[in-house]
Amino acid sequence: MGIKKRKIIELEDAVVKFAGDSGDGMQMSGAQFSDTSAFVGNDISTFPDYPSEIRAPQGTIAGVSGFQVRIGSKGIKTPGDRADVLVAMNPAALKTNLKWVKLGATIIIDSDSFDVKNYQKAGFNSDPLEDGTLDGFNVVRAPITYLNFTAVKELGLDSKTAEKTKNQFAVGILYWLFDRNLEYGEKFLDDRFKTKPVLAEANKKVLRAGYHYAETIETLESRFQIIHRGERKGKFRNITGNTAVAWGFIAASERSGRPLFLGSYPITPASEILQELAKRKQLGVKVFQAEDEIAGINSAIGASFAGNLGVTTTSGPGLALKSEALGLAVITEIPLVLVDVQRGGPSTGLPTKTEQGDLMQALYGRSGESPAVVIAASSPSDCFDYAYMACKIAIEHMTPVVLLTDGYLANGSELWNIPKIADLPPIVPPIVPDNTPDFKPYRRDPQKLNRFWAIPGQEGLRHRIGSLEKEDVTGYVSHDPLNHEKMVRLREEKVQRVANYVPELKVWGEPTGDLLAVGWGGTYGAMISAVEELQQQGKSISLAQFNYLKPLPRNTEAVLKGFRKIIICELNMGQFAMYLSALYPQFKYLRYNKIQGLPFMIEELKRKFNQVLEGKE
Amino acid sequence: MITKNDTSSSQPVLTRNDFKLDQPVKWCAGCGDYAILSAVQNALPEIGMKKEDIVFVSGIGCSSRFPYYINTYGFHGLHGRAAAVATGIKIANPMLSVWIVTGDGDSMAIGGNHFIHILRRNIDVNILIFNNKIYGLTKGQYSPTSPKGLITKTSPDGTIEPPFIPGELAMGAQGTFFARALDTEPKQMTDIFIKAAQHDGTSVVEILQNCVIFNNKIHQEITGKDVKDDRVIYLEHGKPMIFGVEHDKGLVLRDFGLQVVRIGENGIAEKDLLVHDAFTPDIALHYLLTRMTYPEFPVATGVIRSFPCEPYDQALERQVIRSMEESRIKTLEGLINTGNVWQL
Repeated sequence: MGIKKRKIIELEDAVVKFAGDSGDGMQMSGAQFSDTSAFVGNDISTFPDYPSEIRAPQGTIAGVSGFQVRIGSKGIKTPGDRADVLVAMNPAALKTNLKWVKLGATIIIDSDSFDVKNYQKAGFNSDPLEDGTLDGFNVVRAPITYLNFTAVKELGLDSKTAEKTKNQFAVGILYWLFDRNLEYGEKFLDDRFKTKPVLAEANKKVLRAGYHYAETIETLESRFQIIHRGERKGKFRNITGNTAVAWGFIAASERSGRPLFLGSYPITPASEILQELAKRKQLGVKVFQAEDEIAGINSAIGASFAGNLGVTTTSGPGLALKSEALGLAVITEIPLVLVDVQRGGPSTGLPTKTEQGDLMQALYGRSGESPAVVIAASSPSDCFDYAYMACKIAIEHMTPVVLLTDGYLANGSELWNIPKIADLPPIVPPIVPDNTPDFKPYRRDPQKLNRFWAIPGQEGLRHRIGSLEKEDVTGYVSHDPLNHEKMVRLREEKVQRVANYVPELKVWGEPTGDLLAVGWGGTYGAMISAVEELQQQGKSISLAQFNYLKPLPRNTEAVLKGFRKIIICELNMGQFAMYLSALYPQFKYLRYNKIQGLPFMIEELKRKFNQVLEGKE
Repeated sequence: MITKNDTSSSQPVLTRNDFKLDQPVKWCAGCGDYAILSAVQNALPEIGMKKEDIVFVSGIGCSSRFPYYINTYGFHGLHGRAAAVATGIKIANPMLSVWIVTGDGDSMAIGGNHFIHILRRNIDVNILIFNNKIYGLTKGQYSPTSPKGLITKTSPDGTIEPPFIPGELAMGAQGTFFARALDTEPKQMTDIFIKAAQHDGTSVVEILQNCVIFNNKIHQEITGKDVKDDRVIYLEHGKPMIFGVEHDKGLVLRDFGLQVVRIGENGIAEKDLLVHDAFTPDIALHYLLTRMTYPEFPVATGVIRSFPCEPYDQALERQVIRSMEESRIKTLEGLINTGNVWQL
């Protein structure tokens, strides 16, 4: 049988979405396809989208697990708004994702799963394959369940195990569709099932079956090719935000010479930081899984008092529980980094979904005047840099630092240009030499205003610190009214002076113009993509994306002054807008807010910016 | 192997004065805390640690001001959280001698969760619980150890809550060391503190301490000079369980429970009495001894349980060291360049 020569469609980038039941292996399939794409030189950005139930009833909307990857020649900054290719393993997956698919997209479905019972369970009134729902799409109806069983039949697996390999059939189709070498996919499976060679073999068989199926069938009339521009140079790896945070901490520990201690309690979507660091004993990392959030942060404070780099990780509800102890780190002026991987709130809220709702909590959610440094990462890979900077600031300025990331950065991934650790900026802990004469625990550095670190075990520096207000310099307990006001102002000023040691706010585009789009943290990818697209259309728009939130960069006011209009875009009700309004009330701030547990889409940002530029806000 | 009691011969001999501060101590006149502070200052020179290797950690309450009054490293934390802070300190540096000073409210109420978990993990720290059965610093509300029926500012009709016995909780949480001391017995306190420091694992010492302002004489019915010998038994490892002014009363085990007997009555001789074994891993008898309350029984003091067991901090240190030795990856640079790395 001859294989038909297919048309090749060249693309700058393509978005592929894998969707199926929670147990269908969609996350693995996505990772496998992403890794292979990176291997062949594509830029990638991924975003998993999974429910908070571990295994919701099969075939239901609640049980749909998704994984989106965007592959492109270069400069991919988001996982993309809408899919060019959707893999839907059942009707529920189709139902949930159809609204996120481009018109004309290729939809690969397991036709075996589209019986009456299943499409009704997914909320379709009639068979979506027959009723016109999929008109305008290029639908590949593959009897995946049947073909999968056929492929693994000779291995004699039980039906439950055999069922688990069917995702590879869809992956095989994709490998053919994007002209991917099967060897990469097979290597991925060998690594994944290192200890279970039979499973590796079964998965590989199905992968190949899917590939050859695609090669043969008529419905696939064309293949895609991502244009290779070959402009990226260097050593890369795919990294998620949570892994990047963990590695940023290790880097800071190595560069500062302070052993790393993590005290933490598992919480979605932050647990992977704890899990990653728990695996790093070979690098001297000590991880303490505490009995609760409170013990997590208090143990980290204790470790920092004892001379370690104490860090703790959590999400919004955990930050609430940690707030008293964060205040303790403020008054004891101990280095501490707290990572808040934000998720939808309030309360338990949307554990697996992203949001930026914890800004005010991070800035102000403590008793008394309790200033802490607050910074935010803006992409999965720069979580490494900001985790590193958080530690550098915490140590050198003797202060707690809150690092805000979010579910989107934490679970999303992108290519990371692997740095040389020795090239990272140095971290110099302000440790007091042993037997320093007339040592006083609250004596300060005249420039930074930090106090100094005297560590138990050091000779001649015994001292006592704690949660009660301290007398300036001596650190004795003091209830003196004027001393209290002095200490409150000193702690605030110490935090403000951090601005002298961090980069200024960058403006993407002209420093003056019609519209300044303002974002902070994890919205960077969508914001820069939208702004750059409008800039290419000749629009007068620039972007300022904040990473340093407290203190704000020194040039903040100067940047804001340069534009006729300012719009602040946030995945919350406008917390950063409120903050900027309070600090720089002379400007008028437009707001664009989304509170759906989802990241911004590029197209919705562009639409809003265009409205504002046209005076139709 | 980490041993905290490595005394090198070149170390200077310390005295109680090494642990005194020139800062004023601000407890109420007549407070039992003064005697405990003094006993701790007497014990520390005997534990074989350099003074800069000792850390006192506390939470909130009258007892928790303790770190401000003793010349070691000190950390005064949050209400109930001293156990967590101390855990972090001990894991960060297992060579330190770490002490927690806490009260019945701080450890049994707001810090109850941390209390049971530090014991379950067996972190090698020493916990001194000042049990005065009342909230002192907040001026007189009942605590989780207040006897049922106690009238306080928040229980005007008497409490309707049964109290915790700290030792019962400690053993329920798999505690490896539990001792009870009286603030009126300085020598015994010092001796018990030294034994607590020598124990590998979490040592809990409950001190029956008098709050002179809000719960004065709460322990008087057992600690009063005139009655104490008949109402308290001081347990020592390897010795028969004897008490009483006349040294004629003892404890035996009958029908799955303890019983007080009199030597010379019903044919009972000293050899029939229980002999205290503090080091046995079996918790059953320790548990019964801990639960003894007046008037049915004498209250047990001394080291009731001291079962050596590898502490968490040492086990973790062992895992870390082994992992560092065995792994080919020695630096972060090595880690991030291992695995799926692409040269583009």
